[in-house]
Amino acid sequence: MLDIKEIYKTFNAGTVNEKTALNGLSLHLDEGEFVTVIGGNGAGKSTMLNAVAGVWAVDEGKIFIDGVDVTGLSEYRRAKYIGRVFQDPMMGTAATMQIEENLALAMRRGRMRGLRTGITKAERERYQEMLKILDLGLEDRLTSKVGLLSGGQRQALTLLMASLVKPKLLLLDEHTAALDPKTAAKVLETTEKIVQRDHLTTLMITHNMRDAIAHGSRLIMMYDGKIILDIAGEEKKKLTVEHLLEQFSKASGSEFANDRALLT
Amino acid sequence: MMGFIGALPGAVSQGLIWGIMAIGVYITYKILDLADLTVDGSFCTGGATFVMLFSAGVNLWIALLAALAAGLLAGLVTGLLHTFCGIPAILAGILTQLGLWSVNLAIMGMKANVAINIIDQTNLNRLLVSLRFVQEVSNGNRPFYQHPILVVGLFTVVLICVLYWFFGTELGASLRATGANQNMARAQGINTNFNKVLGLMLSNGLVALSGALLAQYQSFADSSMGKGAIVIGLAAVIIGEVLFSKLFHNFALKLLAVSIGSIIYYVVIQAVVSLSGINTNYLKLISAIIVAIFLAVPYWKSHYFSKPVKKGGAKHA
Repeated sequence: MLDIKEIYKTFNAGTVNEKTALNGLSLHLDEGEFVTVIGGNGAGKSTMLNAVAGVWAVDEGKIFIDGVDVTGLSEYRRAKYIGRVFQDPMMGTAATMQIEENLALAMRRGRMRGLRTGITKAERERYQEMLKILDLGLEDRLTSKVGLLSGGQRQALTLLMASLVKPKLLLLDEHTAALDPKTAAKVLETTEKIVQRDHLTTLMITHNMRDAIAHGSRLIMMYDGKIILDIAGEEKKKLTVEHLLEQFSKASGSEFANDRALLT
Repeated sequence: MMGFIGALPGAVSQGLIWGIMAIGVYITYKILDLADLTVDGSFCTGGATFVMLFSAGVNLWIALLAALAAGLLAGLVTGLLHTFCGIPAILAGILTQLGLWSVNLAIMGMKANVAINIIDQTNLNRLLVSLRFVQEVSNGNRPFYQHPILVVGLFTVVLICVLYWFFGTELGASLRATGANQNMARAQGINTNFNKVLGLMLSNGLVALSGALLAQYQSFADSSMGKGAIVIGLAAVIIGEVLFSKLFHNFALKLLAVSIGSIIYYVVIQAVVSLSGINTNYLKLISAIIVAIFLAVPYWKSHYFSKPVKKGGAKHA
């Protein structure tokens, strides 16, 4: 479903702040795979997701989604294939617009937007049904402004929006990192529910090793703009945090430099 | 005092006409979250285009449409400078505005102002709105429905209806999303650059239309008629918001509030002029001060007079 072929990305090339974020990264995802991504700060996790989403062009390499070469496509064109949830809860929704308006915008992802009415009556009823899956009581607040919702509610809503039109690929960029533990667990549970229901091909970055082990069918670890560890199937089920840390030291030749991952 | 009351219908008419420009400013400033300074130039472009065509005997409605089109074009230039050339919106607007100064003079045949000959009764009768009509309606020489307040009022209502419809469509909603959150808009497959250009065009189209109506009302266009238009537009938007934000939540009503804001602005200015007898040269200074105060008050409120947040507010996580 997703094919990343030897992509490179260097930020601030030629300056003192030069940083090679992606260093010949390759990755293949089969349809329906749920991959969790871990790695220290600056390992290139978010950069990989942004490269796939098309936030900027990569320096070298190719990206294919479902066989289509999207390397040269702009961010908004790629959105046709991709559902996204960001780390910042403010980023995925329009605060000054109503819940139903946000959903209606997501409903039209990948379609020509013309002069038809922006939201139909039938749609409203559907949204009400769909919001129930979040279990947050949002189904009774369709016309509330999204800005009135909490961070957790906004992330859950963004998740629903990302899956409203079934995406070929779901990108989750540490989408629970900004939430309190209880809310994070709930959003993660909803994520699992939606991914299972729609059999979505998913890439989920997390800083929490336990979450990375508990969720998904495959786990990859990144270091220095490359994938240094790729574990799937039975082997993944047996993983422990200690085992992961050990693997990390072996593969990278250094200690895992991310306190957040160890403490949570 | 009598002078002020006598001047009221004129002030309200003028406020309504400028209100259409203010609605254009609302589209960029409030909906798209862009500060567009093209306005000061495109206002005159509309007026100049209208007067030249109308004086050449072109049908009034076609001349109005041409003015609208000229405004759309001005917006297109600013839009492309901003999106395609990557120039910050505020600078892109200033560049277009500067360029339009020459363009406007060229439209008017290299003259600083051009007039519609309303001594000629047939010309006067072809007009939709005119300052003359205010007097003639009160004298009983014209039917009441030709009063500029009614005509421009109706014009404004129709315009608000069209905009209300447009911003409810898929395209209109995507335009609002572009202004609200660009990241979200792009993630939902919205071409934010296209929408910005479209919004700037729409806005300047309305501004030029308003300029055409004002030129018609005062029966001349002047190369400096748009000077400070953006400030008047902002004043109308802010006055409308401060006075009606608690009352009006519907989008159409918010646009109406802008129009009313513009009327209030002109009535206040008229009051200052009639009651204090101040030299009209100071009007621009007064305008600038009024707008500065209206912009500063919400900031002061939030910084110096904010109440502490109640405990136990956000229970829903």
